[in-house]
Amino acid sequence: MYFMGIDIGSRGAKGVVVDDASKIVASFVGDTGPESVKTSEMVRDAMLKSSGLDVREVKYVVATGYGRVLVPFANANITEIGCHGKGANYFVPLARTILDMGGQDCKAININEKGQVTKFIMNDKCAGGTGRFLEMIASVLGLQLEDIGRVSLESTQKLPFNTICAVFAKTDAMSLLKKGTPKADILAGLHDAIAVRCLNLLKRVDIQKDFTITGGVAKNQGMVAKLKEKVGLDPILAPDPQIIGALGAALFARERALAPAKAG
Amino acid sequence: MQAFYGYDDASGAYFITIDTEKCDGCGLCVTACRENVLEVAEDDYGKAVAKVKDDVVSRVGYVCPGFEQGCSKRETSCHSVCHRKAISHTW
Repeated sequence: MYFMGIDIGSRGAKGVVVDDASKIVASFVGDTGPESVKTSEMVRDAMLKSSGLDVREVKYVVATGYGRVLVPFANANITEIGCHGKGANYFVPLARTILDMGGQDCKAININEKGQVTKFIMNDKCAGGTGRFLEMIASVLGLQLEDIGRVSLESTQKLPFNTICAVFAKTDAMSLLKKGTPKADILAGLHDAIAVRCLNLLKRVDIQKDFTITGGVAKNQGMVAKLKEKVGLDPILAPDPQIIGALGAALFARERALAPAKAG
Repeated sequence: MQAFYGYDDASGAYFITIDTEKCDGCGLCVTACRENVLEVAEDDYGKAVAKVKDDVVSRVGYVCPGFEQGCSKRETSCHSVCHRKAISHTW
C-alpha cells in the first residue's frame, strides 16, 4: 500500500509518496500553474510514472498548502503547519522549532518529539521576506533565483535596508544598482533584513536550540547563513527542505489510512 | 497548541492567540464576537477548536477591535464568555 502527499504552494507544487514503512518511494517538485486542479494532477501523474505505481495502489491522499482545497482526488486536507511539523520530524527528529520559508509566507512552528505542533505563528500579510520577493529581486538584478544566495555571500560591505517592504526595496535596489553598488552587497543587505524579520517570528514562538528551516527558500545558502548569524544557532537542514510539507502530508495519509476507523 | 493568528507590521503586533489545549470547541466565542472573526473547526489532529477565519487572518487588525483597546469595554466579548481562558489578544 502507498500513501500520497500533495503540497500545492503559492509558487511550487510538491509531492511525496511513501510506503507502509514510511519509506519515500517517489517525490516531485514543479511549478504551481494557474490552475491548481491541473497542477495537482500533474504532480500525481509524474510521481506515478517515476515510481511505476498504479493509481489504485495509492490508498490515501492528503493535500496541503495554499491550494489544498483544490486537489479533487484528495481524501483529506491538512494545513501546511501540521504537515511541516510531521515532515520535519521525519528527517530531523531532534528539531523542535521549524522556520518554514515559502513562496508567499513565512511561518515559525514549534513541535514536540512526535512532530505535533505545539505553537505556530505565521506572517502572510506582507510579501517582504518571501520566496516571491527574492524572485523579484533576482529579476531586478538580472540574476537567476538559484544564484542570489551564493552571490550574497560575496558581499564585502554592509548595506542597511531600512525597509523590506517589497515595493520600496525594489525601488531601493534599482537605484543602488544605478549608482554602481555591487549586486552582492545589495543582496546581502536584503537577506539581512529578511533574516531579522524571521528572527522576530522565531522569538515569538520561543525558538528552541534545535531548529530547522523548510520551504523553497531554505535552498538559498545565503539566507541560511544570515539566519545562522542572526539567530545564533546552527540550523539542521533536511536533505530536501522543499518537499517537507508534501512529506508530512504523505505521512498523515499513511497514518489516517492505517488507523482503525473512528466511531461516529 | 498555541495558535497565533495575525501579523505584525509597522503599526504594531496584531495577534489573536488560541490555546487549543484549553479550548473545548464550545463556540461561545463565535457567537459573542460581533465582528464575526472566529469559527470552530477541526484542527489537524481531529479536535474541534476555535480559530480565526482564514479570510480574516491577514486583516485581523482592521476587523477585530482588539481586547485592551476594544472589546474589554463591552459587556460580552470572546474573552468574557470563554470559561477556559483560551483566547488572548496582543492589542
